[in-house]
Amino acid sequence: MSSSTELNRLTIADAAALLHKREISSAELTRVCLDRIAAVEPQLNAFITVTQKAALEQADAADRRIKGGDAPPLCGIPLGIKDIYATKGATTTCASKILSNFVPPFDATVIAKLRGEGAVFVGKTNMDEFAMGSSTENSAFGPTKNPHDLTRVAGGSSGGSAAAVAAGECLGALGTDTGGSIREPASFCGVTGIKPTYSRVSRYGVVAYASSLDQVGPFAKTVRDAAILLRALAGHDPHDSTCSARPVPDYERALTGDVSGLRIGVPKEYFVAGMDPTVERAVREALKCYEAMGAKLVDITLPHTSYAIACYYLVATAEASANLARYDGIRYGVRAAAEDMISLYEMTRAQGFGAEVKRRIMLGTFALSAGYYDAYYLKAMKVRTLIRRDFDCAFEDCDVIVTPVAPTTAFKLGEKMNDPLTMYLSDIFTISVNLAGLPGLAIPCGYDANGLPIGMQIIGAPFAEETILRTGDAFERSGAVIPRRPAL
Amino acid sequence: MSNEAYEAVIGLEVHTHLMTKSKLFCGCSTEFGRAPNENVCPVCMGMPGVLPVLNRRAVELAVRAGLAAHCEISPRSIFDRKSYFYPDLPKNYQISQYETPVCRGGYIEIQSGDGAPKKIRLVRIHIEEDAGKNIHEADASLVDFNRSCVPLIEIVSEPDIRSAAEASAYLHELRGILRYIEASDGRMEEGSFRCDVNVSVRKRGVSELGVKTEIKNLNSFRFVEKAIEYEVNRQIATLESGSRIAQETHLWDPVREETRPMRSKEFANDYRYFPEPDLPPLLIPPAMVEEIRRAMPELPSDRRARYIRDFGLSSYEAGVLTAERETADYFEGASVGLKNRRTAANWVMTEVLRIANETGQQISEALPSAREAGALLAMVEAQQISLNAAKTAFAAMIKSRKSAVETVAELGLAQVSDTVAIASACDKLLAAEPEKLAEYRAGRDKLFGFFVGQVMKAMGGKANPKVINEILKQKLAG
Repeated sequence: MSSSTELNRLTIADAAALLHKREISSAELTRVCLDRIAAVEPQLNAFITVTQKAALEQADAADRRIKGGDAPPLCGIPLGIKDIYATKGATTTCASKILSNFVPPFDATVIAKLRGEGAVFVGKTNMDEFAMGSSTENSAFGPTKNPHDLTRVAGGSSGGSAAAVAAGECLGALGTDTGGSIREPASFCGVTGIKPTYSRVSRYGVVAYASSLDQVGPFAKTVRDAAILLRALAGHDPHDSTCSARPVPDYERALTGDVSGLRIGVPKEYFVAGMDPTVERAVREALKCYEAMGAKLVDITLPHTSYAIACYYLVATAEASANLARYDGIRYGVRAAAEDMISLYEMTRAQGFGAEVKRRIMLGTFALSAGYYDAYYLKAMKVRTLIRRDFDCAFEDCDVIVTPVAPTTAFKLGEKMNDPLTMYLSDIFTISVNLAGLPGLAIPCGYDANGLPIGMQIIGAPFAEETILRTGDAFERSGAVIPRRPAL
Repeated sequence: MSNEAYEAVIGLEVHTHLMTKSKLFCGCSTEFGRAPNENVCPVCMGMPGVLPVLNRRAVELAVRAGLAAHCEISPRSIFDRKSYFYPDLPKNYQISQYETPVCRGGYIEIQSGDGAPKKIRLVRIHIEEDAGKNIHEADASLVDFNRSCVPLIEIVSEPDIRSAAEASAYLHELRGILRYIEASDGRMEEGSFRCDVNVSVRKRGVSELGVKTEIKNLNSFRFVEKAIEYEVNRQIATLESGSRIAQETHLWDPVREETRPMRSKEFANDYRYFPEPDLPPLLIPPAMVEEIRRAMPELPSDRRARYIRDFGLSSYEAGVLTAERETADYFEGASVGLKNRRTAANWVMTEVLRIANETGQQISEALPSAREAGALLAMVEAQQISLNAAKTAFAAMIKSRKSAVETVAELGLAQVSDTVAIASACDKLLAAEPEKLAEYRAGRDKLFGFFVGQVMKAMGGKANPKVINEILKQKLAG
């Protein structure tokens, strides 16, 4: 086995095996991660809060449980938690000034599940404020840097989680994905991320951005690790009325490596002029590799793709305008000094929210306003139905759809901050998947001339997580791409 | 032009708490009167990340209300978010129902002014959550979230009401129904039954509606009547003076007994309704409606009909007895073992309602149990005690909470029907009053009452008056 300073480079599957054989302890593994955090955080800024003391206590408890035998697969595994999850007793800021002092009195359902598994939480990871952004630059606590190139963004909104996994600060991490917020940072940081089918994982305790689009998902180094994490996260929750009661399969067992006969849909709308040619080339290479493994490529069309961004920015912002109304300084969070009730609201929200959050609240408020509802929100909901139907039709001819995750690799910090529309285009290939409620997997499929990772997206039909994980795992096994360790 | 030339057009919006144990979207207790912010959790406090889970019982009670009011039950209805900022509203949106309420149409039947039945049609009944309560102190405003997320239904009538009296009749009938079906406790003073009124006036014979005002803050039936009367007169006077009615919201000021417009800031809201993405559509299949219908308690109108048909009571008597479910239940409980239901009916209409009114308490709190009342009345029927003695015993039972049998024995109220003892008392009296006896026999019939009274007095007031009558008549006849 590798030297103890390299323990943080282990996959979850390997670390679990070593923990269960008691060749390593969780305390040891956790300490290596915490040391790594201490070493790289000044440059990376992947964490908003590092919960060192609690992590070491969890690790000790995990070691005792492992010693007792019969510990679950994630017992003792150090994870990063996006700061959007309510964690009992640990500050949960959502990367916003307005929640900078908020300590939840309860755990999100998935956090409770992971605690039950004996997982170790090393800290709360950085993100775009209220998950609104594609670069983690909209954080009240400063941007997260890309571990492959510190002058570039980690992607967003779950940039902290992606960067933390890529940089070896933890073995896996939780993100959330509303329009690409797991897949895009996974792509930019060269790690694996999955956004499950809407309703597959409970949203209870996940600070809501756009309720009908938000979905919980994991980051990991490998598809297998993502499968292990997803199995622990998924399943019915009586606290979430939108959460599916379907039984949760053993995703790891689906990883057969076999893709012969698999029909891979290639949508023409996702290979368009203007995208980075190296990105297109890498995805096309991956498709060739699948063909070589016995899969069939099918040309498909998703005709309403061009409406997805407009549709998303109406639906998501409308929901956000209501979801974020509760941050008013009355019951919790930061309260501005004010003379009367109205100015208390105005000052608290003016000082507490960042520019992008304000922009989206205003957009959503406008879209729902009397006289505009039919033209904007209602029409967007109709378009959403059309986009979902596009996918329903496509899946009659194919089993999975493969596309790039993003039109480019990681861009420079600050490059798009003053141009929100260009920033929104980063999610052009991921947003439709949220609108249709489908599962989408992002895995590395190559590197550009600057050594920056390129991500491939594998989209499945509703609840076809096993199929997309099998597809991603098969590519990983093919050895077509050797994962590169970040420069950091 | 006199007020007679105008007619009032009134619609009511009633909000009532549903009698569920837990709140609409979380497991917190709905119990009234707890210490501030005792019945709260992250969900009803609107913490980040929380989600609503619909209370099934609330849906059942809303459907009950719909069935009782002859509504159509929507097989699929959806919840919406109604957005406005107020400190007592934790999420700054209320989960309500907008375009697709759980119940549509229906009606409540009332007795209108001339005594004829009149149907007040309903627009809808929908489910929503209540807000908390702001408490203003000298140096601070505080919020109590105990009431936040308590389930409500809003019952919206068509503008079919034409007078304050009809509005009052409608509210009484509606409240009675909701209490009967155990959907609401109807307690206005605790804020669990609230009413907003929409009022406009128009010239008689005109079919178009006038401009309406909405009156809020009406927390008693009396205020509703007074506010409507005030507002109708104000609107007529405004029109007569050549001015126009402004469409605005008024608050009822119970101290000055007038309505006054709210500042526009207090109500000028664009609620930005949109479907609540955290709750799936509410599906109520026909089988569920039938299940709820089967479990429904008897409605007041059905009970009224049954009392007339089966117990031979008059329409008026049946009406009085069924006005409140508690009264009707008490009546039925008290009359179980009686030969004649009317004995209990009369007792409830006189004694029971009088005492309840005087004490201002609920029947269950103020009075002995219906069973004990029944036991007492059975003794009256069996002529073991007189009606007056029963009243004395009942008053004592209210204080002592002892049983009827025990009380009658303790107070020595049992009637003497022993013919030997009564005959002996009669003989003694007639022997002691030879002059009166002679007068009677000479034709002064009025003296009969004197003899009865004297015998009763001699018997310590406990003799059965019927028996005295019979024996005296025989003796006097000689």
